[in-house]
Amino acid sequence: MEMDPAAITTPKIKTENLNFFYGGFHALKNINLNVHEMQVTALIGPSGCGKSTLIRLFNRMSDMTPKTRAEGKIMFEGGNIFDAKTDLVKLRRNIGMVFQKPNPFPKTIFQNISYGPEIQGCKDKDFIYHRVEESLKKAALWDDVKTRLHSSALGMSGGQQQRLCIARALAVEPKVILFDEPCASLDPISTAKIEELILELKKNYTILIVTHNMQQASRVSDYTAFMYLGNLIEFGQTDRVFTVPKDKKTEEYLSGVFG
Amino acid sequence: MKNKIIQACGFALLSACMIITALFLAGIIYFIAVNGRQALSWQFLTAPPLNGMSAGGVAPAIVGTFYLTMGSVIFALPLGVGCAVYLQEYSAGGRMSDIIRVAVNNLAGVPSVVFGLFGLGIFVKFLGFGVSILSGSLTLGILILPGIISASQEALLAVPVSFKEASLAIGATKWQTIKRIILPCALPGILTGVILGIGRAAGETAPILFTAAAFYKRGYPNSLFSEVMALPYHIYALMTEGVNPEKQTAIAYGCALILVAMVALMSSLAIFIRNKYRSAYGNGPRRNYNA
Ligand SMILES: Nc1ncnc2c1ncn2[C@@H]1O[C@H](COP(=O)(O)OP(=O)(O)O)[C@@H](O)[C@H]1O
Ligand SMILES: [Mg+2]
Repeated sequence: MEMDPAAITTPKIKTENLNFFYGGFHALKNINLNVHEMQVTALIGPSGCGKSTLIRLFNRMSDMTPKTRAEGKIMFEGGNIFDAKTDLVKLRRNIGMVFQKPNPFPKTIFQNISYGPEIQGCKDKDFIYHRVEESLKKAALWDDVKTRLHSSALGMSGGQQQRLCIARALAVEPKVILFDEPCASLDPISTAKIEELILELKKNYTILIVTHNMQQASRVSDYTAFMYLGNLIEFGQTDRVFTVPKDKKTEEYLSGVFG
Repeated sequence: MKNKIIQACGFALLSACMIITALFLAGIIYFIAVNGRQALSWQFLTAPPLNGMSAGGVAPAIVGTFYLTMGSVIFALPLGVGCAVYLQEYSAGGRMSDIIRVAVNNLAGVPSVVFGLFGLGIFVKFLGFGVSILSGSLTLGILILPGIISASQEALLAVPVSFKEASLAIGATKWQTIKRIILPCALPGILTGVILGIGRAAGETAPILFTAAAFYKRGYPNSLFSEVMALPYHIYALMTEGVNPEKQTAIAYGCALILVAMVALMSSLAIFIRNKYRSAYGNGPRRNYNA
């Protein structure tokens, strides 16, 4: 793995010789990847190559899957997140996640967002209200929902639900946001809105997005990592990876030979 | 053509099943209502029995059944839900939880008179609670426990993993996730178990026979350690003892009618709470545990 010379921004998250196993199945093979601060990094690759597996390691959602094992390191803010002393609650506040299928809680729109600050122990009603408003504004959802904050989140459209999930993640003030195919279940218009939102969020957050849509990767990302069969094949600035891929496999994937 | 005939026959058969079931149900209710109606009066609901059970009312038995049923739910609900949460969220897939699961299912099949004997041995004698509301409620509680555990487990299982993930992913602890997301989502299903439990606890005779029930007791229970009259046992007593069978039979039907009404009333309360929660939590595109 070589770095682009133009990669001047600092890495926010860094994996070092990362391996991951589902039982005996070696799902991630010696991954060394830098996620740069205040940039959008796209993870692309064919279905089953390990994109979700990798992204779920960054906030240790992988812990939920039994009989798995990780080797190597993921460095974040000076510590290895696999260390025994890592506080998972703190890690997940710092590294938020938006899932493939919108998964709002079956509660009101307001409650979906206030949940994060509330579980942190915040009781100040004004503070919570402002945090909700601010998060919804950041997720470009405020104007859609400000008159019905107290109606069920499940009555929203798929695209709105996904933006609600983004707002919910923002409400605990993360530094990094992980997106696992956030537009997979959305129509083109909702997809465009989410992409626009990601470009906006980039100003304040470090973003890692899994997508199997290459156009999406080229539209929203600064860096692209191409994965294949559990290996990180190529990493670099998106423009460069898309125009002059160094690896034959990357080139084939980008030109649609397989996928 | 042939398929259509087969389909029509199949449909007719299924309809017949439904109709026969409905007829039985309606028949039972009609039979009890018709026979029990004559006994009903304001006095019947509010006065104690008179003249060796052949006159007066059954108010103490109504009160007793209410106490016993509520007592059993108060005991079994937290215990059952706690147990289900442990099995489902903390030890799922483990060997121990499998064993407990099997044990719980077996417990559900144990005849109720066995619970009665157990209650006598443990609560009445060993723990010294005597023949009392407490002993009876605990015995009935153990009786309905398996139902509440299975209903709760199923309800917990039906909560989408995506809710759990969403909660954990914003930094909630496991306990916060259980308390604030999983349990509220599972509540309708859990209450379904409670509803079935209420019906069972209110109606059982054998478990309270040795642990709580008195054939006749002057006045109303005034503590957890009082013996009580209870409707199902009162019916049994009226039909098997006493000197005025004709009058007693009429009263027994009256008791049966009240028992059915009480179960319906207490269940409605649970159903009301359940529906309130269901609408509060919406009916989105998730798997819902239904009664
Ligand atoms: N829970 C699991 N248990 C066993 N194998 C899994 C599990 N989840 C994913 N895998 C396997 O790991 C590989 C990578 O999966 P995944 O990360 O979901 O791929 P992607 O997100 O790139 O489509 C696949 O071969 C998949 O079958
Ligand atoms: Mg995936």
